[in-house]
Amino acid sequence: MKVLVTGVSGKLGRLTALALLQHGYEVVGIDRRAWANAPEAIELFQADIRKRSAEDVFRTHRPDAAIHMATVTHLVHQSPDRMRVNLYGTRAFIHHCHNYGVKQAVFVGRHTFYGASADSPLYHTEDEPPMSAQAFPELADLVAADLYAGSALWRYPEITTCVLRIVYVLGPSKHGTLATFLSGPNVPLVMGFDPLFHFMHEEDAANAIVTALAHKLHGIYNVSGPTPVPLSTIVRAAGRRPIVVPATVFKLGMGRLGLPHLPSGAIDHLKYPIVVDSDTFRRATRYTYQYDERETIDSFRNAP
Amino acid sequence: MLDKLLPIDPEVAARIEALDLEFNKFGIDPYGIDKSDLTRFVSAFAWIYRYYFKVDAYGLDNVPSQGRGILVGNHSGGVAIDGAMVMGSMLLDADPPRLPHAMIDEFIHRFPGASQMMSRTGQFTGNPDQAKRLLRAGRLILVFPEGARGTAKLAKDADSLVGFGTGFMRLALETKSPIIPFGFVGGGEALPTIANLKRLGRLLGVPYVPVTKWLVLVPKPTRFQLLYGKPMVFEGTAHDRDEVVCAMVDEVKDRIRDLIRQGRQLRTKTISEEELVL
Repeated sequence: MKVLVTGVSGKLGRLTALALLQHGYEVVGIDRRAWANAPEAIELFQADIRKRSAEDVFRTHRPDAAIHMATVTHLVHQSPDRMRVNLYGTRAFIHHCHNYGVKQAVFVGRHTFYGASADSPLYHTEDEPPMSAQAFPELADLVAADLYAGSALWRYPEITTCVLRIVYVLGPSKHGTLATFLSGPNVPLVMGFDPLFHFMHEEDAANAIVTALAHKLHGIYNVSGPTPVPLSTIVRAAGRRPIVVPATVFKLGMGRLGLPHLPSGAIDHLKYPIVVDSDTFRRATRYTYQYDERETIDSFRNAP
Repeated sequence: MLDKLLPIDPEVAARIEALDLEFNKFGIDPYGIDKSDLTRFVSAFAWIYRYYFKVDAYGLDNVPSQGRGILVGNHSGGVAIDGAMVMGSMLLDADPPRLPHAMIDEFIHRFPGASQMMSRTGQFTGNPDQAKRLLRAGRLILVFPEGARGTAKLAKDADSLVGFGTGFMRLALETKSPIIPFGFVGGGEALPTIANLKRLGRLLGVPYVPVTKWLVLVPKPTRFQLLYGKPMVFEGTAHDRDEVVCAMVDEVKDRIRDLIRQGRQLRTKTISEEELVL
């Protein structure tokens, strides 16, 4: 079975491609970025998902399934281009799937879809509306991309479409939102708040994506590994020093004083938890994770 | 963190150990309860519960020792001292101990420190989805159906009841959970409020700021009566008509009113413990 992966050169994209190979799939990858030393078995095309060259890959290779991971997720990248990549990229992906006979489409989304607030319940289920768009406009494009991908469920019922909302990934690659936040020796926390963070090992996340594909999931699924852990506990377990900063100082000093450059909406994510219920995914696939909470943090901490 | 400075009371540690909770490798339960933080907070609180205040708890056996249940009672006394005392009786007096999850007001989670402490001890913003999930997981939840209107009662009205919401009853019907009514007496004496400053409260992000007889918001050492009634089980569905559900709510309210009356009589020593009808 031939699987096309967009955004294949990203850290999670690479792990997913490798996991697909391991499970005996034929893999074709598209990315704007290069992947040096990629396994030869993976056929790579350096192209932008929105451009004709990417469409040509769909046309000439006629994949049976496609996984969309070509979304810009990191918050530092704040340009109009980001929104175009995330929204038009997702539209192009779905159109190509429809036009070139792709039978199965997987959209890899984020659990931050649900948003963080003082009154949100722990353990969000898939039917909950996205509350992050309003408080955190920088995430609005990802929320919209998620909803747009979900619309393929009724727009193109002949495609088995699956939208995954995966928790933060962490691991030896040291890439991703949480890893970036933990990158320095000192990690700023908002004084008096200590939200639960839901995260899983990056290899477990890649395997979950392959599992979703193998089970031909149709619908929207939250994906998580071990139960969540308070942020301060993660910071300490990762060998970092937590620096507690009052919320007002945090807001004023963002990007200065050694504080990370984050949009102001991100503060809510450092105050309130986003935790998801992934029972539906587990029941549908019998998926189990390999790395527990401590092993996941250790793999990040001990990586070269 | 300051909480790490709090000493551990060995008896409290044994009680936390006996709780029916599952902790992961970091000592965190799936709802974010931190075993170490909980032990330290409850150790400090145990002193207040036992020596600063004194709680005469009756009918502790009426609270199921395991499985889901909804504790429903009256609010009074400006701030939720009653909630803390119910927590104390469940954690420190009940056998086996249980950790109730109080459905608290959203504003509490907006405050630095309070948010962290509440999150690590399993106290969530009152939210039907959250409550259903906890009940289905076999947890005990604590509801004050009067909400902030209940704590806002002035000292002279402390033993009265204001309007009850119907949310707790629909929750009980949907999850088939027993309701354990309780009456709490003495809140009005511990913190005798003479006025509530609503405008100042709005500025501070709280529903109101209570003013006591002695102006400052410090409760005086008080003996409380806390009476747990027999569990009440109702038949029906969460979608029953308002009249039907309201009648059930009134039944619980009457029971609580009766428990408060008996608590008041105990307080004034006009009846003895043997005469209680729980």
